[in-house]
Amino acid sequence: MFIKQLFFISIFFLPCFAQAAVDIESWVTNDGSKVYFVESDHLPILDVSVSFKAGSVRDSEINNGIASFTNHLMLLGSGGENEVDIANNFTNIGAQLDSSFDQDSSSFSLRSLIEKKDTAIQLFNKVLHKPDFNEYVIKREKKRYLASIRQSDTQPSSIGSKSFMKTIFGKHPYGLPQSGTEKTINKITKSQLKTFYNTFYLSNQASIVIVGDIDKKTAKVIASSISSGLPKNLNTVDYPEVEKIQGKNINIPHPSSQAHLFYGAPAIKRGDPDFFPLYVGNYILGGGGFVSRLTSEVREKNGLAYSVYSYFMPYLEVGPFQVGLQTKKDQIGKAMKIVNTTLEDFIENGPTEKELIAAKSNMIGGFPLRLDSNQKILQYLTMMAFYDYPLDYLKTFPDSVNSVTTDQIKKAFQKKVKIKDFSTVIVGVN
Amino acid sequence: MILSRSSKAIIQVIILMGTKVHSYKFFILLFLFPISVFSQIHQKTLDNGMKIFVKEDDRAPVVVSQVWYKAGSIDEVNGKTGIAHAFEHMMFKGTKTTKPGEFSEIIAAAGGRENAFTGADYTCYFQRLEKSKLPISLKMEADRMQNLVVLEEEFKKEIQVVMEERRWRTDDKPTARANELMQSLAFISHPYGRPIVGWMDDLENMSYKDAEEWYQDWYAPNNAILVVAGDVSAKEVFALAEQNFGKIPSKSIRDTKPQLEAEQHGVRRAVLKAPSKLGYIQMGYKVPALDKDLTKNSSEIYALEVLAGVLSNTSTSRLNQNLVNRDNVAISASASYAMLTRGGLSLFEFYATPSEGVDDIKVEMAVKNEIKEIINNGVTDDELNRIKMGVISGDVYQKDSVFNVGMFIGQLETMGYSHTLMDQYTENVKKVTSAQIQEAAKKYLVDDKLTIVTIDPQPINSAQ
Repeated sequence: MFIKQLFFISIFFLPCFAQAAVDIESWVTNDGSKVYFVESDHLPILDVSVSFKAGSVRDSEINNGIASFTNHLMLLGSGGENEVDIANNFTNIGAQLDSSFDQDSSSFSLRSLIEKKDTAIQLFNKVLHKPDFNEYVIKREKKRYLASIRQSDTQPSSIGSKSFMKTIFGKHPYGLPQSGTEKTINKITKSQLKTFYNTFYLSNQASIVIVGDIDKKTAKVIASSISSGLPKNLNTVDYPEVEKIQGKNINIPHPSSQAHLFYGAPAIKRGDPDFFPLYVGNYILGGGGFVSRLTSEVREKNGLAYSVYSYFMPYLEVGPFQVGLQTKKDQIGKAMKIVNTTLEDFIENGPTEKELIAAKSNMIGGFPLRLDSNQKILQYLTMMAFYDYPLDYLKTFPDSVNSVTTDQIKKAFQKKVKIKDFSTVIVGVN
Repeated sequence: MILSRSSKAIIQVIILMGTKVHSYKFFILLFLFPISVFSQIHQKTLDNGMKIFVKEDDRAPVVVSQVWYKAGSIDEVNGKTGIAHAFEHMMFKGTKTTKPGEFSEIIAAAGGRENAFTGADYTCYFQRLEKSKLPISLKMEADRMQNLVVLEEEFKKEIQVVMEERRWRTDDKPTARANELMQSLAFISHPYGRPIVGWMDDLENMSYKDAEEWYQDWYAPNNAILVVAGDVSAKEVFALAEQNFGKIPSKSIRDTKPQLEAEQHGVRRAVLKAPSKLGYIQMGYKVPALDKDLTKNSSEIYALEVLAGVLSNTSTSRLNQNLVNRDNVAISASASYAMLTRGGLSLFEFYATPSEGVDDIKVEMAVKNEIKEIINNGVTDDELNRIKMGVISGDVYQKDSVFNVGMFIGQLETMGYSHTLMDQYTENVKKVTSAQIQEAAKKYLVDDKLTIVTIDPQPINSAQ
């Protein structure tokens, strides 16, 4: 399916550590874009990403899906050239153009051979600066979106995550389905798309990341060329705040063989002072693969699920903490009980010293793995630039992890993870 | 390139949706993006027959270690389908000197990431670590190669996990069930007809004794290879390998039967009812894989490889351009071909989701028209050049990931090819002509070799 996943957990969970080699240079272009640059001369490759504050949080109930649809159409025709010519221009020089989308951001990335970089950047700029939003493409892609929405509404994991987000966020746009609804997608017009682009694809709200075999001077020229062709508007609108709402229990029948559980509530935003205790704590609770408490209790000891996990997904505003699993229908009650017992115990008592040492050992010992390719460095810096992380974030990360105590984890979980506020969505129990 | 069989490989655990997406991507990357770095691969064979491959790369202070066994679902027998994969889960459940789960705890404490996956042709266990931690990984892999203990009570719990995996991966995913049906219908006598994860009834009747038997039959140094890539020296890796694996006795590995597929005469069709809004069609033409004797069918196999690219490599390839964008008969359409397999056989496949209100048969005809068009008029120079440019740039991009380098070596070697095959890949792709593609399409993409599976969508409020 061409509509992207609802969750982009990987960025947050790419645990992050600096290696000495990653020296980040940062500046702001004349047109107000923030730039992060890493010079890397190992391979003759250039990677660039550009992100805008234009995620699905910019949707309203009336135009739900417009942010995602804009992101999608950006690649399908610009500067008077049709989608085929645009795509072939990239392929002809071996360059790769990609886009990604989530609640907060709309991003575009380019990968090119160094020898083709000038042409590649020109093509990339055309895509970013001059989207055409052709009527015939809009019409065709609407049909594909609608078909895809209807299809995903028959699949338990999509049904569940959509319902969960709506339940925990209520009327906040974080609760809207990213791809919109049949009704709202149908109503989107070309002029609305243009307005959306002009309102939210702003140079002064863009973050640009450049990684590759070029010097700073060249990077500056590239960044300026990207930035200067974008719309600019200093009257920017902040994302709305997330309001606390009552948790609910929702059961959605489905003929699947497994029941799918979605369990949690809004918890933290980016930059939360409790971030590190929660992050390290969640590794122990349900983030650390085979060795987490949830995996140990639900999977290893009881054989109840193949996949069980917990995560925090902080957004620019408050994002969710969620526990999830899938298990044979008649086992869902038993699995829920084990999840609750595990969660209650962890919140009440926190982790053991031994667990904390093991978690730190993994996070700190494994730090070079996080940034061992240009692609990973690009992903990481894209997240840092978008969320305004301090430049020394990577350098101080090991110390930040190392200073976390069991008591801090316990207190942070007690403050930010309240089971009484949780919503429960179960798909597949009739 | 090695995509198709690999994409059906079973990753042992998938913790998060994010992880799932990632693992899928890393297989996709392999398609038409080879690497030509194999001249720099260091190779050694231990006295017990275990092969070691090392790729030095000092870009980052990390190392990836992969142990590959030439044992996959292709080696299973009826009634025991899924044992290769179920056994892979048991490899994490303790040895004579370690407790169940301890392997994972030790790797985690060393800052590592680990997992395993089972395919039709092989099983692979891997760790990614900071470079100084490599000895830990090799010591523990050597331990579980010879000292595994399959406890009955652990097996009973783990087989439940595997059944949950089957429900999650196949039973509740209509397109995965369609694929399972496609394989079992296209391959009647060849073991590729059986699902890697195994039939549910076989899983329900599997015991720890089957796992013990599998271990005895296939897990030996002379049926394994070690691939290490990263910031290491080949000399040190060879010494470590000798020290850890050198004393493990080799076993006699039994010969497998060829089990060649009987000739197909006529189209095979099946319909799957599943909860869904949209229909779905999967079409598979039975075609050979690249012969282990490279002089035999190389030019036609590379022609099929390039054909798959022309049909479906990018958004401007023919299927998306013609079926989706121009004629609007499908909302998505793609093709794939696995040119390398251990079993010698493969499928050239098409997958499409018909647009709403469009019959499967119309999409089937549209796909066949694309094939006919190519048989009659060939492909353009522009199309060929784009494929070639993709291969050339992919050559460079691929070097960004040492993990993928390891994947190539391991897959090629366990399938029975040499890792040096990739040295000629780019050149062979560049040599493909339009006439060769026409000939290969005419010979293989014919009704007599075709199997078609369609999904008949069922509303979700009715019972399955």
